[in-house]
Amino acid sequence: MAGKTLYEKVWDAHEVRRLASGQSQLFIDLHLIHEVTSPQAFGMLRELGLEVAMPHRTFATVDHIVPTDARDEPFADPLAQAMIEELRKNTREHGIELFDVGSGKQGIVHVVGPEQGLTQPGFTIVCGDSHTSTHGAFGAIAFGIGTTQVRDVLATQTVAMPRLKVRRINVNGELKPGVSAKDVILHIIRTLGVKGGQGYAYEYGGAVIDGMTMEERMTVCNMSIEGGARIGYVNPDETTFAFLKGRPYAPVEDEWEEAVAHWRGLASDPDAEYDDVVEIDGSQIAPYVTWGINPGQAISVEESVPDPAGMPAEEAALVTEALEYMKLRPGQPIKGQKIDVAFVGSCTNGRLSDLREAARVVQAAGGRVAAGVRALVVPGSEQVARQAEAEGLDQIFRDAGFEWRYAGCSMCLAMNPDKLVADEISISSSNRNFKGRQGSPQGRTLLASPAMVAAAALAGEVVDVREVLGVKV
Amino acid sequence: MEAIKKVRGRAVVVPGDEIDTDRIVPARYLKAITFDGLGEALFYDERYDETGNPKDHPLNRPERQGASIMVVGAGFGSGSSREHAPQAIKRAGFKAIIGESFAEIFFGNATQIGLVCVTLDPEDLGVLAEWVEAHPEGEVEVDLEAREVRFGGRVAPLAIREAAREALVSGRWDPLAELMEAMDEIKKLDAARPGPGKRGGYRGLA
Ligand code: SF4
Repeated sequence: MAGKTLYEKVWDAHEVRRLASGQSQLFIDLHLIHEVTSPQAFGMLRELGLEVAMPHRTFATVDHIVPTDARDEPFADPLAQAMIEELRKNTREHGIELFDVGSGKQGIVHVVGPEQGLTQPGFTIVCGDSHTSTHGAFGAIAFGIGTTQVRDVLATQTVAMPRLKVRRINVNGELKPGVSAKDVILHIIRTLGVKGGQGYAYEYGGAVIDGMTMEERMTVCNMSIEGGARIGYVNPDETTFAFLKGRPYAPVEDEWEEAVAHWRGLASDPDAEYDDVVEIDGSQIAPYVTWGINPGQAISVEESVPDPAGMPAEEAALVTEALEYMKLRPGQPIKGQKIDVAFVGSCTNGRLSDLREAARVVQAAGGRVAAGVRALVVPGSEQVARQAEAEGLDQIFRDAGFEWRYAGCSMCLAMNPDKLVADEISISSSNRNFKGRQGSPQGRTLLASPAMVAAAALAGEVVDVREVLGVKV
Repeated sequence: MEAIKKVRGRAVVVPGDEIDTDRIVPARYLKAITFDGLGEALFYDERYDETGNPKDHPLNRPERQGASIMVVGAGFGSGSSREHAPQAIKRAGFKAIIGESFAEIFFGNATQIGLVCVTLDPEDLGVLAEWVEAHPEGEVEVDLEAREVRFGGRVAPLAIREAAREALVSGRWDPLAELMEAMDEIKKLDAARPGPGKRGGYRGLA
């Protein structure tokens, strides 16, 4: 008999039963909530007169609406203040732990879960947020849900979900110097398309993924949803265990060994069968930049923006729409494209290693943020901020003319005061370049790695970070 | 819960592929603690300019007011998991969306609130879109039992994930009641399974 994938093992261990519709009723080990997608769910519970069934399995943080320049309350935006207060009220009323502003644990939900050791291999994890796929880096089955499903989890600790197919993506070989985890996932999305993952969970493996740190794996899994896959995961290994050991909510000393033994057994069996297998040559990946209005519209920094002339009509229409919105010339090299704003942060690239990487580039390049460019560094959590400050990274950024901020989602989706203005163009370490994503209906976004963002901030235009770092291209 | 077997009404075509949830409901409309009033936020930045003046958008055209079926392209609803997107569509009076394909989270969210999402093959979809453009007064019928979309004397076979179709036609699209039936079983899993910060959960699991 063929072996099983981690996905199948975890699913089977959590399936309460099959529903009449044929979907699985899936038990949820960890439920994460934030201020944007949970208040309506609590409202629905109240209307139905229901309690939160298992408050010890739900954890809350505030991230989307918190201002990152000043955190005194009340916030300047009364709606933001109302949302944080609603979350405080709901968590207090139902006995749910909240990582509030100033607690030392607050931050972007997908940064704090792993950082606190809430995220563990073999868990089913949900959150009313599509980037919940991030937690799959630990060998968890983690996916985003809608608010009505948040209600379902609060009321029953289960959701109704169809079982997905599993696609194994092997990233083979070795990455070239100056190429990051962000470039790997942008390359995968470009290769398989933004809809390529529909109906699939992505299992990432191969030498490149095996060699990655947990933070890098999180970057890859984070953007699975940008490739259409609701779930992305990596099998747990020694790197995973080493990361988790000693974290506040991780298994404690006397059962650590048992936990690790269990986790080891969850990894996909060598003879597991996949619905699809894709091979990617890691040595072919270069630093990436997006040029369009979805994350699949990405090219390496050496390439030129596509020219719709001569393309099949349907493709040409998409490319033309993107170029018109982005105000880019067909066929122009992406290198040299001027930028107005540089943003380092988000659940994709707002972790300590991302800030270190950006700071390293700032030091290597020397000099200051280019005249006329607004550059922001927003740590993913209070803990990331603390660690970065302890290492002096904040000083490196400040000295170079970056703004050093408090933790939050910030300009990733601009629900707080950090926004693009008019048709400003930003280079951003976040995950979405949709029209209007960064707060202005005409705002434009180029997605790239933190290193590429830092390099562009200093140059005032898109540059190849490998030249800044002096690594051979 | 009401069984949803058929949806019939006038339609509007919202052209374009890969229409993401940020476009369906811009993020600033997520700053609220209820879904009330979301209907007005639907496609806001595409429908209105900065000063709030209506732009030429299908949803703004007088002859499309009161439409209850939206005809869209491929990859509709990609991006964020915000249920605000299907909620806004539903609250703007729509009961069904016909497209080439839907993003997964969007599809699940829509089904759970009784907003029907079905797909047609690209050729049929093209014919439907053209017909709707030419017949603002014409009615389109989505028949989940017969698995057909009917318009102007034509019939096109529709596709929808069977679990979703079943849930809609049997009136079980909101799964909460069914989920709650298994509470005893769930409590056993909760006691047995490891959890964050929980002691003893991994004992005997390996
Ligand atoms: S950082 Fe961006 S993508 Fe991540 S949770 Fe916040 S808003 Fe969503």
